[in-house]
Amino acid sequence: MSIHAEIGHAEAGYRRLLLRRATLLVLLAAGLVLAFLLDVATGPARLSLGTVLQTLLAGPGATGPGAEGMNGLIIWQVRLPQALMAILVGAALALAGAEMQTVLDNPLASPFTLGVSSAASLGAALALVLGSGVPFVPQAWLVPANAFLFSLGAMTLLLGLARLRGAGVQALVLFGIALVFAFNALVALLQFLATEQALQQLVFWTMGSLSRASWPQVGALAAAMALVLPFTARAAWRLTALRLGEDRARSFGVDTAATRRGALLRVSLLAGLSVAFVGTIGFVGLVGPHAARLLVGEDHRFFLPASALCGALLLALASVIGKLAVPGLMLPIGIVTALIGVPVFLALVLGRGRMA
Amino acid sequence: MKPDLTIQGLRVAYGSRVVVEGLNLPPLRPGTLTALVGPNAAGKSTLLRGMAGLVPRTRGVVRLGEQDLLAMRIPDRARHLAYMPQGLPGGVALTVLETLVGALRAVPGDRPVSGAEATRRALDLLQRLQIADLALLSLDRLSGGQRQLVGLAQALVRRPDVLLLDEPTSALDLRHQLSVMDLVHRMVREEAVIGVVVLHDLGLAARFADRVVALSQGAVQADGTPEATLTPGLLAAVYGVAGRVERCSQGHLLVLPDAPLPPSV
Repeated sequence: MSIHAEIGHAEAGYRRLLLRRATLLVLLAAGLVLAFLLDVATGPARLSLGTVLQTLLAGPGATGPGAEGMNGLIIWQVRLPQALMAILVGAALALAGAEMQTVLDNPLASPFTLGVSSAASLGAALALVLGSGVPFVPQAWLVPANAFLFSLGAMTLLLGLARLRGAGVQALVLFGIALVFAFNALVALLQFLATEQALQQLVFWTMGSLSRASWPQVGALAAAMALVLPFTARAAWRLTALRLGEDRARSFGVDTAATRRGALLRVSLLAGLSVAFVGTIGFVGLVGPHAARLLVGEDHRFFLPASALCGALLLALASVIGKLAVPGLMLPIGIVTALIGVPVFLALVLGRGRMA
Repeated sequence: MKPDLTIQGLRVAYGSRVVVEGLNLPPLRPGTLTALVGPNAAGKSTLLRGMAGLVPRTRGVVRLGEQDLLAMRIPDRARHLAYMPQGLPGGVALTVLETLVGALRAVPGDRPVSGAEATRRALDLLQRLQIADLALLSLDRLSGGQRQLVGLAQALVRRPDVLLLDEPTSALDLRHQLSVMDLVHRMVREEAVIGVVVLHDLGLAARFADRVVALSQGAVQADGTPEATLTPGLLAAVYGVAGRVERCSQGHLLVLPDAPLPPSV
């Protein structure tokens, strides 16, 4: 093959690769819309997709007497906040997991596995049980503010350890596990001390449930996503470069310390708010990025959105399963993701063992 | 006329462990290739990382013309200087081409490169390295030698003024050792780059370098042309090896190690 033909061939191949990835993102998004509608339609009162679409298009004002009004009430007041929360939390946790895996250079990193979620739980529990938390924050937002602060602390610890010379992949995972145990023990201690009412609320955290999702919470998490996404998008190339190692990325001109700090803030905000609103939902932050990596590789322009979409899709489907698995009962979504997530997690660990 | 690279009073330390102290080098000129040689733990890689501004609290002067490279912000320094570490990390789901495009687009700076231009430049270089056929393969599917070539390409594609390469030939077969060193040598000449290469193979250093700097225990033991530096005396003093340096029938220097010297010598 002549030189120009070979270059032309590779160029065309690369264009096809980019197109394929963009198509996959569109397909994921389409799948997500479907899963979302299915989630809204599923519940004690079965609604057809047609009814769901009609009611959604009619707008939030379509509540009132009669069957249509009832549907409107169910959809706009109950199902929609939960379904949107599932998508937002799934996207937030998977995005946080993806950024953690890149900046910590660790395929087992996620808010759940390395203790960031547990830290957020502790923060939330402190606010719930003792009513103590960040000063100057209104009472209603004490729980999320505390959860954010504690996840920020956990991420700072993890990053600090990852930067120590000689601290390998295993050390980081072990440290993360230690964090999980430590924070969980403290949460258990708070449970022990808690009043009856606070205890009930705490149990909800540890399970991870969408059932209390409300519009203001959906709004807050959506706003956090909207705030974070432009920065994530801007960091995409730098994060891609970071995959090639610290020295190489810096030689490309990447301020790796600043890139890590940015990721730390984003991860803490997304993971902290998610945990504050719905409790600990495991494995989405781990499985989402891995699925995305298999689909589109690690060019972060595609990897990050694909992770978010995979996470959102996973949680929307988990929400549907949680409503259908036991008739007449809505399983907390955290239980569903754990049951699905554990085998996937094991497959990842064992798969890596084989490769090594 | 491109500026020289000056290194004065360089001190590179990892925490309290000082590896290089008070190191001075006569100016490194554009269009010349300098080989850094020396035994294991002589401080070659540390010196290179220090020059690249990758070791915190490195003191001294690394100046390109009038510009202090160590004082620059990371993105500004990267416009002048490219550094190739040993080895690429494993488990990375990126294609060869993507890593090169990433090297060009990671930080846009004041001369942003469009996607199409980055792709073209990357493919041109891969072609020159004779590995254009690897462009769309994932890094994880490459052999050790291929990975090294791709790592080298990531540094070369940025067209730096100063090119620092840490053992670019260690995993390569004979043919690729020669072709890589030949390419680096030509690039340094044609584009007036200041090239510094850590080499273990003294034969390659003798053959391709304009200048050889021998390090031992973080200090310069010899510095000059390959003929002047690569001597039996240096082999004994720096490597603890008895050996000869002879010329082959084609006039190339050959370094022939014979036997390790007893530690007391």
